[in-house]
Amino acid sequence: MTSTLEPLLPGDTTDGSPLSAAELVAVRADFPLLGRTLRDGRPLVYLDSGATSQKPDVVLDAEQDFYVRRNAAVHRGAHQLAEEATEAFEGARARVAGFVGASPGELVWTSNATAAINLVAYAMSNASLGRGGEAARRFALGAGDEIVVTEAEHHANLVPWQELAARTGATLRWLGVDDDGRIRTDQLATVVTERTRVLAFTHASNVTGAITPVEAFVARAREVGALTVLDACQSVPHLPVDLPALGVDFAAFSGHKMYGPTGVGALYGRRELLEAMPPVTTGGSMVEVVTMEATTYAPPPQRFEAGTQMVSQAVALGAAAQYLAELGMPGVAAHEHHLAGALLDAVASVPGVRVVGPTENVDRLAAVSFVVDGVHAHDVGQVLDDAGVAVRVGHHCAQPLHRRFGVAATARASAGVYTTDDDVAAFREALAGVRTFFGLDGTATDGRPA
Amino acid sequence: MSSAMEQLYQQVILDHAKHPHGRGLPEGVSAVGVAAADHGTCAATSHQVNPTCGDEVTLHVDVDTTGDVPVVRDVAWEGQGCSISQASTSVLHDLVVGQDLPAVDRVAATFREMMQSQGASLSPDAEELLGDAAAFVGVSRYAARVKCAQLGWVALNDALILSGARTTEDA
Repeated sequence: MTSTLEPLLPGDTTDGSPLSAAELVAVRADFPLLGRTLRDGRPLVYLDSGATSQKPDVVLDAEQDFYVRRNAAVHRGAHQLAEEATEAFEGARARVAGFVGASPGELVWTSNATAAINLVAYAMSNASLGRGGEAARRFALGAGDEIVVTEAEHHANLVPWQELAARTGATLRWLGVDDDGRIRTDQLATVVTERTRVLAFTHASNVTGAITPVEAFVARAREVGALTVLDACQSVPHLPVDLPALGVDFAAFSGHKMYGPTGVGALYGRRELLEAMPPVTTGGSMVEVVTMEATTYAPPPQRFEAGTQMVSQAVALGAAAQYLAELGMPGVAAHEHHLAGALLDAVASVPGVRVVGPTENVDRLAAVSFVVDGVHAHDVGQVLDDAGVAVRVGHHCAQPLHRRFGVAATARASAGVYTTDDDVAAFREALAGVRTFFGLDGTATDGRPA
Repeated sequence: MSSAMEQLYQQVILDHAKHPHGRGLPEGVSAVGVAAADHGTCAATSHQVNPTCGDEVTLHVDVDTTGDVPVVRDVAWEGQGCSISQASTSVLHDLVVGQDLPAVDRVAATFREMMQSQGASLSPDAEELLGDAAAFVGVSRYAARVKCAQLGWVALNDALILSGARTTEDA
């Protein structure tokens, strides 16, 4: 792995074969944290990449290098340092945009993915108040208009739309989820109508791991003239993603889930839409001409980047995108597809454990949520933690989805590029001990054989 | 299994989680904090949620106010959550039913101190006062689980305030 920060070459020349054993060893060596031990010297089995990923040296080095050698205010100042800092900042934008198939002018830095989705919702709110003039009318909502989301959404792609509906008088509707945890694509025809102005949906559920057939959503949205907003937080780190090719209008993703730092995320928007959209956060750096009476705004993406930006994090996120691109996303996806199968097999092999989400390894990520009969998710997580296995427990910021399945909480094992079969084996072994620890036998209460 | 785990999930906790005491709300008790007062009694219900995990407890307290100090006549609760939160609420029931308010406050304060102790061993006095609840000392080593153990106690405090038996928090 190289630590240079050359621009990405267009296209991905790597094939889709999974990482080889040697490549996987090399990848793991890139992530210093994976080498640490836990209580009582246990090795770490990190299966919580769906919540946040660990960081490779190239990312840590890029952030440090920015402060050590190039730190200056970007987009201002005539000195060499300012020039170099701006180059690093904008170079990272080009790298991250290129990673998702977009051009730099279509990528807005945000503090995280939640902020990216809120940016779109508040821009629409402002347009509904008449801000942005005639060009922004297409974003204006009012009574009679509808916003459609899905029951599978992370709260970040649900609550901002509830709030937007409340502010504008629009109605919030949603697509359901089937017993397999997949969004009810069959409801697109009835729930998404001529009244629908926004269709916001996840590319892949952070709970079920199910991958959404984006084409069907985009096609239906286009039929009725609705804007599409894609939550791509779970897809961008794990699958090859080309946002313009998917045809969505907006997409949000976070840096820290794709091996980059916290504090930085991105909003992708089709250029034509970003140009027409009114600003949300206003102040320094996002203006053209300011008088005491009025202000004209900079073109996107700067129009949406008021105030000092998270420059070092953006630079480090650029390094993360480059790291993934060099590994090759088809290979990363193939590796994780294998892990999804291994995790599903592990869970299926332990009596009394039920998957929430697709049980077949088709169109799903290596994020497997499950319940253990008779044991609360918190207690499951605690027993796994005792074996050094880190999983997420709780509602994973998706309460409606958990309610849909009649559970308050699940445990979730999620893989990343550095996850190995050994990790899955350690997880399986720890999981097998959970029901015994709580004095339950090895037979499932639903009658499945042990 | 490590000794820390055995400390965390002591048998007494597992037993309370499996066979909780005081579980089941009386007929007609509202899920949300509505106080009811009658001659010599007052009652209220508190609903508490741990937003990080979605665990919930609805706790109803019945207080006898005929004497010099209010006495907790009964505690009934319903909830769903991890073994720590369920067992802790079960132990709470055993500790406070029949106790007057100053005694309830003493035991609640001792329990809270134990939760903040990060696993330090209990004084003999505290151990005697807490009874089965002393088993929760292992929980205090796991910061993420302290809230689980306190869910029922927070509900009790809130319900006592709602009932009018106590006018200020930690009176």
